[in-house]
Amino acid sequence: MIAEFGLAALWLAAALSALQLLAAIAGVRAEGSALAALVRPAAAVQAALCALAFAALLYVFAVTDLSVKLVAAYSHSEKPLIFKLAGTWGNHEGSMLLWVTVMALAGGLIALIERRLPERTMLATLGAQSFVGLGFYAFLLLASNPFTRLDPSPAQGNGLNPSLQDLGLAFHPPTLYIGYVGLSVAFSFAVGALVTRQVTPEFARVMRPWVLGAWMFLTLGITAGSYWAYYELGWGGWWFWDPVENASLMPWLAATALLHSASVLAARDALRAWTILLGVVAFSMSMVGTFLVRSGILTSVHAFAVDPTRGSFILALLVLYIGGALVVFALRAGTVTEGERFASLSREGALVVNNVALSAILGIVLLGTLYPLLTEAFDVRVSVGPPYFNPVAAIFFVPMLAVLAVGPLLRWRRDSFERVRAPVVAIAVAALAVLLAVWLFTGIDLLPLLGMALAAAVALGSVLPLAGRNLLRLPLPVWGMVIAHLGVAVAVFGMAADSAFQQERLVAASVGDQLEVGPWQAEIRALSPVAGPNWTAMQADMAFSYDGAPARLAAPQSRQFWSPAQNTSEVALVTRWNGQLYAALGEETQDGRWQLRLWWKPFVTFIWYGGVLIALGGLLSLVGRVTGDLRRRGAVRRIAERRAEGLPA
Amino acid sequence: MNLTRLRWALWLIVALALALFGLFALQLSRPKDDFVQSALVGKPLPAFDLPPAAQGLPGLASTDFADGKPRLLNVFASWCIPCRAEAPQLEALRGQGAEIVAVAIRDRPEDVEAFLQGYGNPFTRIGADEISAVQLALGSSGVPETFVIDGRGIITHQHIGDIRERDVAILMDELRRAGSGA
Repeated sequence: MIAEFGLAALWLAAALSALQLLAAIAGVRAEGSALAALVRPAAAVQAALCALAFAALLYVFAVTDLSVKLVAAYSHSEKPLIFKLAGTWGNHEGSMLLWVTVMALAGGLIALIERRLPERTMLATLGAQSFVGLGFYAFLLLASNPFTRLDPSPAQGNGLNPSLQDLGLAFHPPTLYIGYVGLSVAFSFAVGALVTRQVTPEFARVMRPWVLGAWMFLTLGITAGSYWAYYELGWGGWWFWDPVENASLMPWLAATALLHSASVLAARDALRAWTILLGVVAFSMSMVGTFLVRSGILTSVHAFAVDPTRGSFILALLVLYIGGALVVFALRAGTVTEGERFASLSREGALVVNNVALSAILGIVLLGTLYPLLTEAFDVRVSVGPPYFNPVAAIFFVPMLAVLAVGPLLRWRRDSFERVRAPVVAIAVAALAVLLAVWLFTGIDLLPLLGMALAAAVALGSVLPLAGRNLLRLPLPVWGMVIAHLGVAVAVFGMAADSAFQQERLVAASVGDQLEVGPWQAEIRALSPVAGPNWTAMQADMAFSYDGAPARLAAPQSRQFWSPAQNTSEVALVTRWNGQLYAALGEETQDGRWQLRLWWKPFVTFIWYGGVLIALGGLLSLVGRVTGDLRRRGAVRRIAERRAEGLPA
Repeated sequence: MNLTRLRWALWLIVALALALFGLFALQLSRPKDDFVQSALVGKPLPAFDLPPAAQGLPGLASTDFADGKPRLLNVFASWCIPCRAEAPQLEALRGQGAEIVAVAIRDRPEDVEAFLQGYGNPFTRIGADEISAVQLALGSSGVPETFVIDGRGIITHQHIGDIRERDVAILMDELRRAGSGA
């Protein structure tokens, strides 16, 4: 009953979405159309209906209603409740419903609160939003209905992929989805502004919180995904340039560029057409990423349930939305008048460098990800990996970091080198000092060496704007910028340190063995089988001592799940402030010993600390912008009220 | 930057996007094949000379193939589980008259000998490839793999993964074709 209720709510929401689209078109074409009044209520009610449908799916998963096909396929009555709930979106249909729900909620929110843009632009925006939404409703209802019943219903479900039975991962896909959907809102705003030729600073200010929010969630999602791959796969790496990782990185790169160009548009009314294009590209990258992941046309460690009809459906949506938006852009961009001019040595100039570099890196990642697909069309098999991505992306990443170190010190419109000479020299000296010191004492490779020097430069450059300012009265968005840029420095330092200084040991181990890796001594105290709720494992009880310090215990496991059958490696991590010891237990060798891999990874944790700092910076900016907007709105209302009472404003 | 003068560039973006979607559609319509075929099929064996991998059996060199007789070249390892699973099929191939030589990957003599004791020995020669050099030169990406080599030392066919029962006939066919073509 609950499942049918959810399905009905979903159909109604789809119908409202169609109504919203038609009413919006009428409203945009004819000023004062009576239908236009329907647009905002339709969006709001649609959001409520989608939320109900999602709640219904959560419910059938919570009670393990095995007569629902999706529950039978992905859940199991003996699974802990939190993983039952996570199972709701741990599959294709449920995750698509989550996508549609978040999108409807975002649309409802804009419809209810956003009043700053001209009404015609808002109608076009909400129309675009419902047009995108309709495609996803069709996909959901026609090709991936989450509420399909199973008759007769089975006695037990199949269970969730063991690799996914992890709390961190339960929240990884929703985080990325919220990011993608936030970008769909930015896309709708961009299309709305383009269609009604209202590419104004106000448009940028209205769009910016959505981009900020989306970007923050993408940052968190990528950071969490990277950490998950690091400790769950047992390969000791934190980024593999896997197509699915790239699929989440590409929208992030575009969103980062969009965030910065929107700032230029909001503050200085420049980069109009470029900001619109980035708005379209950012959402395109989310869609392309979703397509690559779900269609299975690329080979990846992420084995998603693959279905060619789903792939075709997403491809059709891709052609419709992205092709359509780009055609509208090509037709209209010429009519977007040129924005304000600026000198090359200015805040805008630095942000243009940021945008060009990010776009170039985006192009590089896109090319590398799709290249195997391109050559396969000519029956040539290649795989593209770190030897391409790392050095080629570095060509743009390195200068971008250098500009990032000084950009925030520059003034808008025009600046002079004389004014910023002192801090720029200080930053350059710091970078050179680090470069020389690290090179003399360690003699590491060029890229990690540059990474260390630039991390120092960016760290110094990001806190220098605080000098001489009253920290208590500093606006939140400025704090956000400082902390996010500091996060970049921290993450770059972590990446450089890990790649330059990590040490590895691979041994066939047996009980009593004493091992050394870097400054660590390890001892295997016991090797014994253990049993968990739905797995058995071989566990190595180990003691790790850092440079003679008291030993810390940790136990890597080689796990065997039975429902569904799969082997996983449960790594043991011993974390210190200056890095992590990483131990992964592999398979048994023929003579009864066990493969054991140990890594000492200095400062590797800084990569994820940096990611979290970047997201925190985004959060502070977002809070600052939203509260600023609310305060301004309150002030406008008070002035209007005083006027209405006949008092002087 | 005046965009009216850059009109063509805007349409170029549209064209690129459409080309990309076309590529997606093309790849979507083709069946997915995750096996990576060696680029050496149709080409001569790379030159190698491996020492014996087990006592009592000679090692393997690329010159051993140039005697006009087609052979199967099995890439295996004693530590590889699917290699154990395909042992009966190799035995069947030998029973039907195939000559099978092998390369043992990253193995120790005593382990190879234990493997042959436990699962049978269909091989006439086994070369020890301790650093996977020959495996990589052959374009083989894992164990087990089986190559068909004709009498002039040219690789005519590659079988990826363990040999199942239905593969035995296919491999015998390939072997016969390699023999008639030489």
